[in-house]
Amino acid sequence: MSSVLTLDDVHVRYGGAHVLQGVSFEVPDTGVTALLGRNGVGKTTTLKAVLGLAPRTGGIRLRDRDITGEPVHRVVAGGIGYVPEDREVFGGLTVEENLRLVGRTSGVDAPIVEELFPDLVGRRSQRAGTLSGGQQQMVALARVLLRDNDLLLVDEPTKGLAPKLVTEVADVLARVARTTPVLLVEQNLALVRRIADTVVVLDAGKVVHRGEARALVEDPALTTELLGVSMRREEVA
Amino acid sequence: MSDLVLVLVTGLGLGALYFLAASGLSLVYGLMGVLNFAHGSFMTAGAYAAWLTMDALPGSMAVGLRLLVAAVVAVLVGAAVGVLAEAVLIRPLYRHHIQQVLVTVGLSLASVAAVQGIWGSDPHPVAKPALLAGTVEVLGARLPVDRFLYLAVALALYGGLLALLERTRLGLVIRAGVENRTMVQALGIDVRRTFTVVFGLGGAVAALAGVLYSQYAGTVSPLQGGSLLIYAFIVVVIGGMGSLTGTAVAAMAVGLVQQLANYYAASGIGDLSVVLLLALVLLLRPSSLKGAAA
Amino acid sequence: MSARTLLRVLPPVVLLALLAYLPYLSFSVPGVLPGRVNGPGSMQLLATCLVFAGFALSYDVVFGRTGLLSFGHALFIAAGSYLLTVSLADWSMPLPLAVLVALGGTTLLALVVGAVALRVGGIAFAMVTLAFAQAASIIVLRDPAGVTGGEEGKALARDAVPELLVGVANAPYRYWLALGFLVVALVLVRLLVRSRAGHAMAAVRENESRAAVLGLSVYRVKLLALVVGSFLGGLGGVVHALVLGGSGPHLTTAEFTLSLLVMVVLGGAGSTWGAVVGGFLYHYADARLTEASGSGVLDALPGVLQSVLAQPLFVLGAFFVVVVYFAPSGLTGLGGRLVRKGVRT
Repeated sequence: MSSVLTLDDVHVRYGGAHVLQGVSFEVPDTGVTALLGRNGVGKTTTLKAVLGLAPRTGGIRLRDRDITGEPVHRVVAGGIGYVPEDREVFGGLTVEENLRLVGRTSGVDAPIVEELFPDLVGRRSQRAGTLSGGQQQMVALARVLLRDNDLLLVDEPTKGLAPKLVTEVADVLARVARTTPVLLVEQNLALVRRIADTVVVLDAGKVVHRGEARALVEDPALTTELLGVSMRREEVA
Repeated sequence: MSDLVLVLVTGLGLGALYFLAASGLSLVYGLMGVLNFAHGSFMTAGAYAAWLTMDALPGSMAVGLRLLVAAVVAVLVGAAVGVLAEAVLIRPLYRHHIQQVLVTVGLSLASVAAVQGIWGSDPHPVAKPALLAGTVEVLGARLPVDRFLYLAVALALYGGLLALLERTRLGLVIRAGVENRTMVQALGIDVRRTFTVVFGLGGAVAALAGVLYSQYAGTVSPLQGGSLLIYAFIVVVIGGMGSLTGTAVAAMAVGLVQQLANYYAASGIGDLSVVLLLALVLLLRPSSLKGAAA
Repeated sequence: MSARTLLRVLPPVVLLALLAYLPYLSFSVPGVLPGRVNGPGSMQLLATCLVFAGFALSYDVVFGRTGLLSFGHALFIAAGSYLLTVSLADWSMPLPLAVLVALGGTTLLALVVGAVALRVGGIAFAMVTLAFAQAASIIVLRDPAGVTGGEEGKALARDAVPELLVGVANAPYRYWLALGFLVVALVLVRLLVRSRAGHAMAAVRENESRAAVLGLSVYRVKLLALVVGSFLGGLGGVVHALVLGGSGPHLTTAEFTLSLLVMVVLGGAGSTWGAVVGGFLYHYADARLTEASGSGVLDALPGVLQSVLAQPLFVLGAFFVVVVYFAPSGLTGLGGRLVRKGVRT
């Protein structure tokens, strides 16, 4: 199986803190790869390192292209879509403007928006800052899907969402993953079990486990050892 | 009554000049987080470029036409200086806001000194078209015509900038960038190119402000830009750091307060009351002044 | 006293002794000082340089130590200077009382301005302090109460000052006064930096939100830094007025505040010696460059370049930009780096 993204001995240092200490893994070019780990082990930093939002050293390749030295906007324009933690939609801009920012031809009327996020169509003139958390998440997802991507980086898309919305977001991600590989940071293990194929587990800035998603999630001893939690029955996805 | 009308119109005219001086500053600050001390130098560059152009044009040309040509030259010079300053001095210090401020401080000190060295510290008179030097009678008050020109230019600029921000792709990127520069880049947009454009735009507007202010003062001098800059700072802070409409309202308020106080209290009190106004705004609503971009 | 402490204490003491001894040296150093070392010209120049070193030190408490980008520090230096000269001349106070009024008034002013300006942070704070200083500048220039002397400035009332500090022949005493001020400022700043308040200031500079989490009142720490810096600045203003025989409106200008910033950054922000060296060298260069440009050094250059380079502020401003780029820790930081490099190789 070929990989879409390769990290080779990636380090990130913020001031005195050595946040990533030689992270190496590959993201297969199909399906969802879940990046797991306890809080503060460097999951978000890993995504930011790929994008160039964090100062990184080491090797990062998108397919055959070395993107380690590229500025953020070129990495993204080169085919990596990013849905950040906490959505980061532009609150002062309307839904339509948020989507138009991505490209001239995009906007609420793009077919993919009507298909995946029908709720947004009627809210085109609403300021994104006044949307609910779930709706903001839809905007954050929609604006990356308006472009063709080789890979999506999605950071905790279900954080703080109600169960019904968690299911909706999971459905969207599962749909997207049919055509575009996704690297997903997620705490909700039920969701990981439902949509992820592969897992990479980080601890203290290093990769400590790689393997099939199902094998990890269904092994309570292993999940407790690696993540400090095991899946609870009542969790939804 | 006629005195009041004169004071009000003069206040608004001055407010218009403050708006011209502050709008570029506010735009640059809002988008890039750069407090540009060299903005005063951009104004000086515009004023001197216009003065030199007017002198170089044949005296047989009408003064108004010469002023028009000079203003166009000044705006081009201002834009070029702005783009150059951003590309050479500001961009390499991306993300180091304090250093960026320091560099603009150095630039402003050096450029004022350079202007003094080349053209001397004394003010030079600038020609004023007869039309602008005249007065019109409104409500029994004889009002200088130039005040209306400043207001018209400020109004046109406000409308133009608003249209730019609301109706163009550049404006969309600017508004998004004011909210969250990093996320704009993370959507694949080269925000740094926008920085250069905005700096150039700021330089052009500053140069225009410099030209009109030298018309108001009747002279060009090396320190003019710096003294106008201080009012521009006050206006930007009162206006909410980076908001165009806030800047416009604040500029008018500052111009009016200054003129009213100067007339009804004592000459010189106007400048102080402007600072008092600033202190009052800070005390009453400090939260709105945190700035659009931290 | 251990050898280590001795090694740390000895150089400043030797330097101080050397500086204190300068008025007894009667040879001249051509090109470096105007006339004899203990001649009135050199003494006056050196005294002013020492006062500027103290100014820079006082500003560094605010900017370098606490990270507050204040553009209003000139306000407090001018307040000290003008309150002294006005108290002496117009309110007929004896010198000790006038000094107290100057220092008390400056401190009070710093409290009021700080309390308002510190309601905003970062760049907005810079703009607000600039505005306040500008207001003061306007008051001094317009002189509504008829006490500041407007553009002419305010002369020191000579009969209210001890004779030792007046007159050309007494330049060495004014030099010692300036040296004394710098030593007092240095000692106070060193004590402050090592105190709990000093640590709190450093914490606020490094990371405001973390300092707040540690239970520090960020607002109070900043206000303290501003008041202490202003007090030292006011003291410097008093000494400046005594050394130069009056107060001038240039002390109130935004340009002067900006030059303080330039001094501190040139020398090295957040380091005691950096500020001292920066202030001293800045004034020295400002004074000597003016002289150099009049001496015909630049005659070989084309006209425009000559007239631009003849402006000390152009040279200093351009040099400042270069330092910001290539030596962000200032001249002393650069010097330290070179020394360490030399030791290593």
